[in-house]
Amino acid sequence: MSLRETVSNPYSKWLDASGPESDVIISSRVRIARNLVGYPFPHLLGYDNADKILYAVQSAIESAAIKEIVGQLELSRMTELSPTERQILVEKHLISPDMLEQPEKRGVVLSADEVIDIMINEEDHLRIQCLLPGLQLKECWDLANKVDDGMEQILDFAFAEDMGYLTSCPTNVGTGLRASVMLHLPALVMTQQINSILTTLSKLGLTVRGLYGEGTQATGNLFQVSNQVTLGLTEDEIIDNLIMVAKQLVTQERTARLALYKEQQYPIEDRVWRAYGLLKYARSITSTDTMNLLSDMRLGVDLNIIPNIPRGLIMELIVMTRPAFLNKLKGEDLNPAQRDIFRATLIREKLNSLS
Amino acid sequence: MLCDRCQKRPAQVHFTQVINNTKKQMSLCSTCAAEMQAESLGGLPQLNLHDFLAGLINHHFTGNQIQTKSLPQVSCEKCGATEAQVAKSGLFGCSECYSQFGQGVQPLLKRIHGSSQHTGKVPRRTGGKAIIAKEIRILKGQLQEAIRQEEFEKAAGVRDRIKDLEQQLQ
Ligand SMILES: [Zn+2]
Ligand SMILES: [Zn+2]
Repeated sequence: MSLRETVSNPYSKWLDASGPESDVIISSRVRIARNLVGYPFPHLLGYDNADKILYAVQSAIESAAIKEIVGQLELSRMTELSPTERQILVEKHLISPDMLEQPEKRGVVLSADEVIDIMINEEDHLRIQCLLPGLQLKECWDLANKVDDGMEQILDFAFAEDMGYLTSCPTNVGTGLRASVMLHLPALVMTQQINSILTTLSKLGLTVRGLYGEGTQATGNLFQVSNQVTLGLTEDEIIDNLIMVAKQLVTQERTARLALYKEQQYPIEDRVWRAYGLLKYARSITSTDTMNLLSDMRLGVDLNIIPNIPRGLIMELIVMTRPAFLNKLKGEDLNPAQRDIFRATLIREKLNSLS
Repeated sequence: MLCDRCQKRPAQVHFTQVINNTKKQMSLCSTCAAEMQAESLGGLPQLNLHDFLAGLINHHFTGNQIQTKSLPQVSCEKCGATEAQVAKSGLFGCSECYSQFGQGVQPLLKRIHGSSQHTGKVPRRTGGKAIIAKEIRILKGQLQEAIRQEEFEKAAGVRDRIKDLEQQLQ
């Protein structure tokens, strides 16, 4: 698959809901920050130097070392993509929104399956990321580590014996490693246990944020949990800590789901079927409503209330119904009202094609 | 100005809290800021990282917690980034900045990470002595374990290997 296909296909490997613990854990991600010796960090980088870094990465991915260790990778400069296509990469979580500014300086490297992803000249010169479905943090780290090994044979990374890998922001220094899991926690939200859990996690040195949404109102009950500390621990320690916490959250969410369903069978079934009904028949629907209803529907699938809806389809709908993706599918820039109508149409078609 | 929360230590950080859609501005010392951040994680948008860093950097660079405006202008010889720029953006200008800004950096890292010593991956080609240092750390762990298990023969072997490596370091 080329980048062209990446931006026109809502499906990504991390969405396929096949990974371990995928009833609660949507995806796992590992990101490592690396910088080249002898250049200012990206925020002070002029156009010429930004270009040199893009070339250096290009030659690294064409090297025998990378081809042998990692396989085929493709680099695209942001300027080679239309603004809509760039926005789609953001909606698919392959690049950060910061990459949309000063596109002349930035680029992205992707593997065909979109599992490996390198942002070039974001906050650091390289941000090597691996994204897999379910709880697969170890697998993500192994892969990112391999990519780093291959890159390192060609590129000189800034490294100090005491401080480790040097990064633009001191919060990333050391391992440069940020590991995260995306979790779907509807039952912990409904039973209002979520706030005390979030507080506990923060005391364990973990960061939690709502996905897509602002603040505590995590749209669609999706949360991202990641490590805060990057220095003083080994990569394995960071990964193991997060796995432990993720497994704990899986257990808590599952327990809450079962208890909730047992105590409030009819309200829960009603909520799930209403969500399904709205999604299947609505003629106009906002992005936030969609996310929340898809979350309810997914809970219904996980509790076996609604049969025959693949979880992967629900995730696909989440990506597909984001604003830029809708514009891309429609082939024109829609205004918000038109978008709500098109979104509803698309969801209807998808859900009707199942039965 | 004293910290709004403890009224004891000088304020270094501007802390914005959003409760029920109303913004509350506070000036805090870095200790209280860290505590507030931990407490308020339920309400996600809280402490501006850059302000936080600015507070820490100013504090450590000057050794004077109150006067942040009369800083001596230190800058990185390599990239030209000034201390004020680093404090404002929360970002270093280049990898040399870490050594150029000297003393302030280690305590800053300690404050952020609880440690200032990297123990993770070392680049194979350019890692130099760090590779050996890391191996020594691993071996020292194994040595402890061997002693605990009373495997003294194994322990002796590990100790020899550590000695070899320590010589290479000199
Ligand atoms: Zn205080
Ligand atoms: Zn510098």
